[in-house]
Amino acid sequence: MPTPTRQFPALSRLLHWAMAAMVLTMLGIGMAMVVSLGDYHALLSIHRPLGIAILLLVVIRFVNRRLNPPPPFPASISEAERRVATASELAMYGLMLVLPLVGWGMLSAARYPIVLYGSLHLPFILPHSATLYAVLRKAHTVLAYLFFLTFLAHFAAILFHTLVLRDGILKRMVPWRVR
Amino acid sequence: MPADREGPGESARPQLGPAGTLIRLALVGLILAVVLGTYAFLGGWLTPGALTPARITDAFEHVAGVHPGFRRNHAKGVGVSGFFESNGAGARFSKAVVFRPGRVPVIGRFSLSGGRPDVADAPGEVRGLGLQFSLPDGEMWRTAMINLPVFPFRTPEAFYENLVASAPDPATGKPDPAGMKALLERHPETAQALAVIKGQPIASGFDNTTFHALNAFRFTSSAGVSVPVRWLLEPAQPFEAASAAPESRDRNYLFDALVARMQRQPLRWHLILTIGRPGDPTGDATVAWPPDRERVDVGTLTLDRVEAEETSRARDINFDPLVLPAGIAPSDDPLLSARSAVYSRSFTRREGESKQPSAITAADVRGGK
Repeated sequence: MPTPTRQFPALSRLLHWAMAAMVLTMLGIGMAMVVSLGDYHALLSIHRPLGIAILLLVVIRFVNRRLNPPPPFPASISEAERRVATASELAMYGLMLVLPLVGWGMLSAARYPIVLYGSLHLPFILPHSATLYAVLRKAHTVLAYLFFLTFLAHFAAILFHTLVLRDGILKRMVPWRVR
Repeated sequence: MPADREGPGESARPQLGPAGTLIRLALVGLILAVVLGTYAFLGGWLTPGALTPARITDAFEHVAGVHPGFRRNHAKGVGVSGFFESNGAGARFSKAVVFRPGRVPVIGRFSLSGGRPDVADAPGEVRGLGLQFSLPDGEMWRTAMINLPVFPFRTPEAFYENLVASAPDPATGKPDPAGMKALLERHPETAQALAVIKGQPIASGFDNTTFHALNAFRFTSSAGVSVPVRWLLEPAQPFEAASAAPESRDRNYLFDALVARMQRQPLRWHLILTIGRPGDPTGDATVAWPPDRERVDVGTLTLDRVEAEETSRARDINFDPLVLPAGIAPSDDPLLSARSAVYSRSFTRREGESKQPSAITAADVRGGK
């Protein structure tokens, strides 16, 4: 039976756009801080608490996705596209979960204090180890670029559907209520 | 397109012609290019000439060669540990837990500056002391200090210029003196700082050396009052000047003497805060504050154990000067953030490399407590 395009639940849309703002900021901070001298410390001071906030938010989003499942795909999305879209969403969820954990782990292995704000800091989750640090530090960069590529694919697909195919798929996720 | 699934606005849309499709495809490409370009800019891809932590670290490697597993600067060193006993006097200026009366464990590292892990000890080599105070609430305070009373360079750029100028000329094997001369002309503050440094006598050993943190920091008290502060470590061991003409000495004579002394008795330093006044420059490490500034002895550092790097935890600690507890914050000194960034880059490189024994080996230190 034909049904009109259904939106994601309001809470899901709110969480999606909050996460979008946070991860896009985070990607910019991450890329900028590794080439910055004067702003390195200020950027790092945002990077750590923002990463932990993303970790918390991805858990909340995962629980929310279970409680409030996404609406079905519109008929304009082919079976193959649905599989790719679902896989890329899962990849993004996975990376948003793993990237902060790798960051937390690498700082732990290096015995850098994981300061959130003032004297508030997180405990170490790994032993002090040069090798662990080196491996996780590399992984942090590789996974971050992988996440950036996944984001670009997600963004490009939405642009293509919205501007070229004009199938109204973006309406599923726009912050405001459609109809 | 199944118009029956779309809203009224959707179904009213006319079909796109080939030109319309192309224009919209181009728009998609343009938006993606803008997003990519923004991130490329943030990641420094569009400004390849900019000074970055990697470029400064590369310059260290260019000057001293790559010595895998070692720090890119202050490569030669030994690990030490002990404790800091606060007398409570610092609590007036900073709410940091370390300044409450009591004792916190300290781990540290004595070093000589430069990227050569086997550099021969000499009076003129800059001496370093990196410290980590482990506070009871899990906070950390790290400081990397040297024996110069002021720092010769005001900005990361001037520091980098000096590194480039001090690289050996392939023809002569020595730095080109013209490079240094040009640097001093561009940076009169460096010439002034070097004159101050020249005027300070050099101590005979690590044990009776005064170590300066050089950069200014901001201390905030529990009442919320903030003051600029510099700190230094003044040795309890009596000063003795290094002999002007060092007779033929062992390559490790400074470190050997330190190890021997520490095996006989613990070494002590007083942690002295210099309290700045409003208007004192906090962003210029090349200039000392006026001598009449209040100096406060806030406690005693005792170092009672010395270890070779291969067994010391200090080897895998980055003595990043911006690892600070609540109550101590960076000032506007541009060197601080840059030091943090470059130390971090050097740390990442060396931690990924296999570790070689240090010049001061475990056998050299054997018999330590």
